[in-house]
Formats: sequence, structure tokens, C-alpha cells
Amino acid sequence: MSILSLRGRAFRHGVHPPEFKELTASRPIRRMPYPSEVVIPLRQHAGKPARLVVREGDRVLRGDVLGVADGFVSAPVHASASGRIVEIGLWPHPDGTMDTAVRIEVEPFSPQVPRPRLVPRWEDLGAEQIVEAVQQGGVVGLGGAAFPTHVKLAPPRDVHVETIILNGAECEPYLTTDHRIMVEYPERVQLGARIMLRTLGARRVVIGIEKNKPDAIDALERTLPADIDVSVLPLTVKYPQGAEKMLIHAVTGREVPSGKLPVSLGVMVQNVGSAASIAEIFETGLPLVERIVTVSGPGVREPSNLIVPVGTKVGDLLAACGGLTDDAEEIIFGGPMMGVAQSSLDVPIVKGTTGVVVLTAPQVNPADAYPCIRCGRCLDACPVFLNPSALAELARASRYEEMDAMHLMDCMLCGSCSYVCPSKIPLSQLFQASKSALRRRKAVPA
Amino acid sequence: MITSPLRRLVIAASPHLRGPASTPVIMWNVVGSLVPIVAAATYFFGPSALLVVFAATLGAVVTEHVFGKGTSISDGSAAITGMLLGLTLPAGMPMWMAFIGGAFGIGFGKVLFGGLGYNVFNPALFGRAFLQAAFPVAITTWPAVGGATKWWSLRGDNFALPLISAHTDAITAATPLGLMKFESKGTALFNLFVGNTGGSLGETSAVLILLCGGYLAWRQFLNWRIPLSIVATVALFATMLHVANAKYPTAPFMLFSGGLMLGAMFMATDMVTSPVTNAGKWLFGLGIGVLVVVIRVWGGLPEGVMYAILLMNALVPFINKATQPRVFGTRHAMEAAR
Repeated sequence: MSILSLRGRAFRHGVHPPEFKELTASRPIRRMPYPSEVVIPLRQHAGKPARLVVREGDRVLRGDVLGVADGFVSAPVHASASGRIVEIGLWPHPDGTMDTAVRIEVEPFSPQVPRPRLVPRWEDLGAEQIVEAVQQGGVVGLGGAAFPTHVKLAPPRDVHVETIILNGAECEPYLTTDHRIMVEYPERVQLGARIMLRTLGARRVVIGIEKNKPDAIDALERTLPADIDVSVLPLTVKYPQGAEKMLIHAVTGREVPSGKLPVSLGVMVQNVGSAASIAEIFETGLPLVERIVTVSGPGVREPSNLIVPVGTKVGDLLAACGGLTDDAEEIIFGGPMMGVAQSSLDVPIVKGTTGVVVLTAPQVNPADAYPCIRCGRCLDACPVFLNPSALAELARASRYEEMDAMHLMDCMLCGSCSYVCPSKIPLSQLFQASKSALRRRKAVPA
Repeated sequence: MITSPLRRLVIAASPHLRGPASTPVIMWNVVGSLVPIVAAATYFFGPSALLVVFAATLGAVVTEHVFGKGTSISDGSAAITGMLLGLTLPAGMPMWMAFIGGAFGIGFGKVLFGGLGYNVFNPALFGRAFLQAAFPVAITTWPAVGGATKWWSLRGDNFALPLISAHTDAITAATPLGLMKFESKGTALFNLFVGNTGGSLGETSAVLILLCGGYLAWRQFLNWRIPLSIVATVALFATMLHVANAKYPTAPFMLFSGGLMLGAMFMATDMVTSPVTNAGKWLFGLGIGVLVVVIRVWGGLPEGVMYAILLMNALVPFINKATQPRVFGTRHAMEAAR
């Protein structure tokens, strides 16, 4: 962490945290051994949680449905390992709450073979059938937000998606999940792009990748199809380049209007891992029961990129990476800029878990906070051009309506302002709390 | 399962990484960059310079320590106030007056407003404005550079006792701005640039102030937009006047005389009392530049940097309000709440 990362460059916005990707960037993806039990929450995506269809004592095979999609903006969840359901009840969830989860005791020495199933040729399916298949496959955004993927493949009738952007920016420090997917499975990413292009009737696909991943750029350029318009766009390395709005701006030069969805510009963004996952549905017929996770940070003995069954407890995952170092202090799901600190080693990996980062004491120890000296660094860092300095003052006074007028709701909690603040004011934490307060007030008019 | 070596798990809000910038580091770097300027003042004015700066700094730091919140002197901002105030005073100033100036600047200019981050006016200039009102003679008695027979002899009655000592004479000299205003005499530009002229301690060496300020700008410890805006405005305005009528001084004279360089680099750039937006910083500098020239040319005083900055300090909330950034994905600036 050198001052060099901030010095001498005149970027309009965004920040340059140290990348730390060298820990895992060149480590091939490997499969972790099955843990003795998996705990699978019914809520692993934005929208309605899955509706439970199994009972305690049931025996399930890998790939069997545990909960079905409850409506269109919902996705099913599946058993990630064969075994017996020993408990259905509340369990620690990665977002910090307790939520309903299905605990499966994994059969030891099981070959983990899923039930035989019919895998349709995607070329023979219509758009609606593809959307249905993607939903049944339980595919959600693997970049972290976990929005059900099929919903984006079925936009309202009055809009048309011209451009599909595949997000391979991966701007969070430490994480190399998407990086390794692009390097090792470029054909799968391309197939996913092809399926989405046809489903949406879109004109082109642009794959945005930060320039710090030249091998990923190479791999995807080598596998570009000749018959459809797919291109690779190398992106400036800066955080938060992978934020949806920033990525769209980099690709199209246009700003998504405040409060609107990308589709209003004729654009849809999907994570490269989600694209590969769509391809996998039609290659193997196996629903989304595992995902690739980067386990990294100075607190992990063997940083790795692993194929992890959904529901694996983080303690088991860390054990598969040689365990923790003696000075490990904080376990984060996601990257260190936007990820969530976990309170227990029992928390399961879910579909939206991009990585597990373990930080040690020197990085974690919070520095003393000072009053705001109005240096304006946060304004220069904010990728959506807010005034965090003024917003923080309003937040402390609970003046949420005034914050609303200053576009608090456009804040995406990327943490850039907190990162640059010399007074170490917890800006994005204040904004997160203010956003929830404002949402509650809007939901219940006074 | 693994046996956890964790004694406890830290739960903190994101982001879990923090950048290297730190408020005390910024402040102490400013203190450090003032040291060469104090040293130059000592070279030109002898030990009197050190005594005055020391007294003003002591006044500021003691007041911050006694009345400020917690360990507030450790952030370095009170030391900056004291040193800057000292640099705006003449070498012959009695130490007790400098002390009172520092104490007043911090006490009434900063602590009373709520301490670091909440003051409206630059505390150093607040203190100096008080001294100017309270001791108009002492603060305009300018010792000549090299006026003393020996380097180590005092340039005035630095050790005068509060209120009772009679004022002793020292060899004095008019400042370049005074000469210009009241006697229509110029000063060699090279002397202005190097600092070999009469004036308050930090009004002298423009080149040193540029170097030290440049260091801070390079480390991003001050925002370069403000000094650039002030300098550009003064240069442009002065040139226009000089072209219109040659009796008005040239732009280089305006830039390198008086407290302009010190004010532009170290006082207008005080983050707390300057606008938070970049557009606002340009406007703020423009306002200071115009006011400096107006006061110097048409005002009753030879020097106007102090009042120009204090006046613009008062306008900062309005400038902030008027220059809110345009939010991503909107056409208009956000509605400012304050």
C-alpha cells in the first residue's frame, strides 16, 4: 500500500487500491474435496427465495431440486452433493442474518453422480424455452449481486437489447475467479455469449476485461467466433471499473440515467462466470450446484481458485486451502472493497460468493477517525459524482430526505470514498445505513 | 472442519482496505514544509524571526491543548496555524503579542466553532486580523532586511512586557507594497523573488514558498487549483490594469510582493476553509485574486491578501452550494442541501 498508487495520475474518478491478484492469478482452478456436510440456503439470489420442496430425512442426489422458483423473479436451489437431509432450519447466512437453509449430510465415498436427465440442444429451443431452461438451472449473477439471470434474458416487450456486455473487469482486489474462468474456459464464455445473443436478438457482444489480465484477453480473442459480432474491450485498471454503470459507460460512452436500468440504453450486462454457467446448463444438464471461488489474502496459507459445491461451510473451504495463518483476523465474502465480513466459520458459500478473502491484523486495525477536513478527495473518487463529504454530515444528523435530494440512492456503496478519506470516516457505512433508513421511510409514509 | 487459530473474528463494514492518506500526515507535512520558510525568515531577520514564530505557535498550540477536544494538538493543525500566523508578522513584534494572536486565532477562530473541520475562517488570518485591530502600530513596524548591525541582534523589542514596556525604535524599512502605494516607488523584481526585502517574515522569499508549496501539491497535500487560480487571476487583472495605465504595478510585482505567495499557497489552500468542489476551488481562487488587486490598488491598505482570503472564507458555504457536481446519469447538478 504505497502512496504511489494515488500519486501523479489525474483520473476523473475511481480509486487505485493495491490489486494483490498475484497471489492466485496464475493458479489453475482445482476441485475441492466434498465436505462432510453442505448447508444450502433457500435465499441465494435477489428476488423471492426459493420455495422448499423437500423434507428432513429425504435422500437427495447431486442436482436434485431442494426449492423451486417462487415466481418469475426467483430461482430454484439444488442439492450440491448427494446425501441425506438432516435438518431444515435457520442457519447463519452470508449477509449477516439467519435464514432458512437445508443441511445435507454428504454420503462419504459417493461418486456424486447426478440423476440422468435429458439435455436439450439449445439450438433447437426458442427464446422462451431458453429462458425457462436457464431459470430451471438456477443460474444467477455470479459476479456478486446474484440477480436471477433468466430475468435479464426476458426484458419487457417495449425495450430491445442491442448490446450484451460481458463483465470480466473483476476490479476487486485479490479476486481472480472471473480471470481464471476466462483463461481456462474461454469457449464456455463464448458459448454463453452466443446463447444470450440469440435469446435476446441482440446485435453484438462486448467482453470488457481490465488490462491487468492479458492472458484472459488473449484467451477470449483466440476463441472469438467468426459468424457473430463478439469483441473484447481492454479496460483501464481502476476501481470500480466492474460496476455495471461504469462498465456500460466504458463500452458505450453513455451514462445510465439515474434511477433507470441499463436496458433503457439497450444494454444488458452479465458476468463472464454467469455466461459460462449458462453454457454449462446446456453442455451437461447439471444445474448451478457449484461455483468457482478465489480463496486469498494474507490470512490464508494456500491461496487458491477452487470449484466449490454451493453450501460448503467457509471453515471447510479454508481447510481445503491449508487453513488460516495465526494472525488471520477478518474473513470476508467477496472482495475487500465491497465484501461482507463473516462472524462464523459455519457460514456457507452461496451462488453469489465471488471469493473469500482473509485479512490479517495490519490491514484490519482501524486507524483513528478525524473530523472531515473538507479536502474533497471523496468527491474526486466518487464514480457517480456525489458529494460524500456533505452527505456524511447529513447522515450523522439523520437528515435522510435531504440526502435523497442529493442522490443518495445513486450511491452504489463501492467504498471509494471511504478508501481515500484521510480522516478515515466510515463514509460508505453511513450511506448504507442511510439508504436502508430512507427505503424504510419511503415504504411507510409518515 | 479446521481448528480455528482465530481468537476472534473481526466484523467491520466495507471497504476493508483503506488508502494511505491520513489527516495527521497531511498536517505534519504542511508543518514540515513551513520549516524552510521559517529558516529563510531567520536568515533575513535574525533570531527575532524564530522568537516571533515560536511565540505565535506556542499561543496556538497551548490554546488548542487547553480548550480543544481530546488529543487535538497531535493532528498538527494548531501548529500550522501558529507558524502561519508567525510568518505574517514583522520580526520586531513583541512575543507576547504574537502569543495572543495565536491564542486568539485558535480560541475564537477555531475551537469556538467546534474545532478542526468546523471553523469558517482561516484561524491564522483570524488571529492576524485581531492583532491588526489591537496593535496597529506594532504590526506595521517593518524591520529592514540587514538593517541590524549584527545578524543575531534583535530587530525590535521581542521581549517587551505586556502592555507596560515602552516601544523601542528599530531600523525599519517600508515594504515594497508600501513603497508602491504611498511613495510610488518600485522594488527590484529579483529582490522580491529571493526575498531580500522588507515585510513580514513569510512575505519575503517567493521562490522558497513556491518550492515548498509545490512539494505539498505534488504529494497531494494541497489542492493546486486554488493557488493556480489566485495567481492566474492576479496576473491577468494586474496586466490589464498595467496596460490600461502604466501607473499601476506590473503583474510580476503584484505576484511576488507582499503576502500573496504565502497566502495563495498556504492559507487559501487550508482545506477546512476552502470549497470542497473543484469548480468551487477555481471560483474561490478567482475571488481572492480579484479582491487582492482591488484592495491593493484602490483600497486604503497597501496589502489585501488577508482580507481577501477572510472574505472568501465567508463565501465558502455559498460556493459549495453553487458548485455541487452533476450526478452520474443526470443532467443537472444535485440539489445542494447546504
